[in-house]
Amino acid sequence: MIRKSAVEMAGALAKGETTSVELTQAHLDRITAVDGQVKAFLHVDAEGALAQAKSVDARRKSGEKLSPLAGIPLALKDVLAQKGVPTTAGSKILEGWRPPYDSTVVSKLKDAGVVIMGKTNMDEFAMGSSTENSGYGPTFNPWDLTRTPGGSSGGSAAAVSSFEAPLAIGSDTGGSIRQPAALTGIVGVRPTYGAVSRFGLIAYSSSLDQAGPFGRTVLDTALLHEVMAGHDPKDATSINAPVPAVVAGAKSGDVKGMKIGVIKQLQGEGYQKGVQARFDESLQVLASLGAEIVEVDCPSFEYALAAYYLIAPSECSSNLARFDAMRYGLRTGDVNGASAEAVMSATRDAGFGREVKRRIILGTYALSSGYYDAYYGSAQKIRTLIIQDYAKAFTKADVLVSPTAPTTAYKIGEKVDDPMAMYLGDVATIPVNLAGICGMSLPAGLAEEDNLPVGFQIMAPAMQDHRLYQAGAALEAALLSKWGAPILDKAPALGGSK
Amino acid sequence: MSSLSRDEVAKLAGLARIEMTEEELVNLSSQFGMILDAVARVQEVDLTGVKATSHPQPLENVARPDVVLPSLSPQDALSGAPAQEESRFRVPQILGEAE
Repeated sequence: MIRKSAVEMAGALAKGETTSVELTQAHLDRITAVDGQVKAFLHVDAEGALAQAKSVDARRKSGEKLSPLAGIPLALKDVLAQKGVPTTAGSKILEGWRPPYDSTVVSKLKDAGVVIMGKTNMDEFAMGSSTENSGYGPTFNPWDLTRTPGGSSGGSAAAVSSFEAPLAIGSDTGGSIRQPAALTGIVGVRPTYGAVSRFGLIAYSSSLDQAGPFGRTVLDTALLHEVMAGHDPKDATSINAPVPAVVAGAKSGDVKGMKIGVIKQLQGEGYQKGVQARFDESLQVLASLGAEIVEVDCPSFEYALAAYYLIAPSECSSNLARFDAMRYGLRTGDVNGASAEAVMSATRDAGFGREVKRRIILGTYALSSGYYDAYYGSAQKIRTLIIQDYAKAFTKADVLVSPTAPTTAYKIGEKVDDPMAMYLGDVATIPVNLAGICGMSLPAGLAEEDNLPVGFQIMAPAMQDHRLYQAGAALEAALLSKWGAPILDKAPALGGSK
Repeated sequence: MSSLSRDEVAKLAGLARIEMTEEELVNLSSQFGMILDAVARVQEVDLTGVKATSHPQPLENVARPDVVLPSLSPQDALSGAPAQEESRFRVPQILGEAE
């Protein structure tokens, strides 16, 4: 049962073939069996999950009309506040914190009867691309336990790809949903900026952060997207418009006559051979389904990485000022009449990991007087050029595509001492965040040289998220019939079980 | 080649209120040259006349009717505090040495 799609699980629940309690218990058992190896979860809330499942089962029994995902278990990235449940954002500075409120995403999940099984591991405050920057140790890629699952939402991606959960929530500031989805062979979507409420999402870079869904199929991902999205008065940047018809898009799966733009700057040199090969093959598949493939030019994308690594650290240096040892979280050094400032500095030293410190210092530098215009100011102007490149490209194409990441999953520890090498992994995902548009990664097969999953990225204009699902579903169906079985069937067995 | 000296990193760390060991300062200083070179690429482009974007969506001020809505109780708001006293956050001294 745990290997089925969320849609199939929901069907079994509706027909009375299983209960949410049984389904939740099966996933909790799977977590017990394999999470010692994968380490996707920071906290498993078995008791809370089973209580939620029991309540959904009772409502179903009483004949209540339930939402399509009611009773389905889910893994939640530890960046979202859940009332009474430990929430750390992967940082030691928040160890033991239990939020007194629910984030809007969590409220929406609860209202829809989705069963939240626990909190997943992540790079500290979502700063990283491999989940190795977690204050609680790395997560391991279920395809090869010596490799990273990507990041920063690596725990959520690993949970879904190892069948610990059929669905998960991540957040994507520079690719943190799409890149781990690519590296673990699943589907991940970063919705349009403002489409999902950021209330209760612990902020990294507020103008780039956006929570989004993970699933093993395009349709499962669309169903979760629909549950979590929508206007929220508690978030002033939340878009007050109806949620795009993502489920209908996933069900149509028709690309006949759709114009698909290949971004010249996001392929070729710097992309692993097997990644490029699977990307090219997926393009051919889309063409054979009746899509029209065109090439588009986005010259400013060459500077996207540089702009991102100024804008995100700048915003983070400001956002993370709230961790001041006064209102929540860690406090150290509060002895012998030490000043508030000394306590703050000692606490932030003890509580933050080295990547977080690196980015706070970089952001502090970029925003300091005398350097502001040259760094942060220029980066904001590059951001304008990137938005213009996209606008121009979308006059020629309905969706744009690229490989999601330049390589497949790399070894744990391989890039940990080389921040620039790590940052380069985000080169294809970052432009979407800078422009505030939406993007999806879905499996395109395995790279020949290492048998590891490759992601195919689809991008669409703001609030046109349904186009991602429409094109994604078409490619998914065609590749599935070509492969004969889902890609995750090729992943090795974990924990001695299949 | 950009660079940031150990002392400059120490100054930034002070501004950011992060105590750092000598080893951390030296390490960061040695990595910063490479990182600054990479991000300084934003200065290679002619940006004359280009407007800055601070935010991807057009933002407008959002206000709600001025009515009292339920909010956290003092107990809930203080539930994560490292120290509290008389329903308030207790903080270390902020006005210098007490005499």
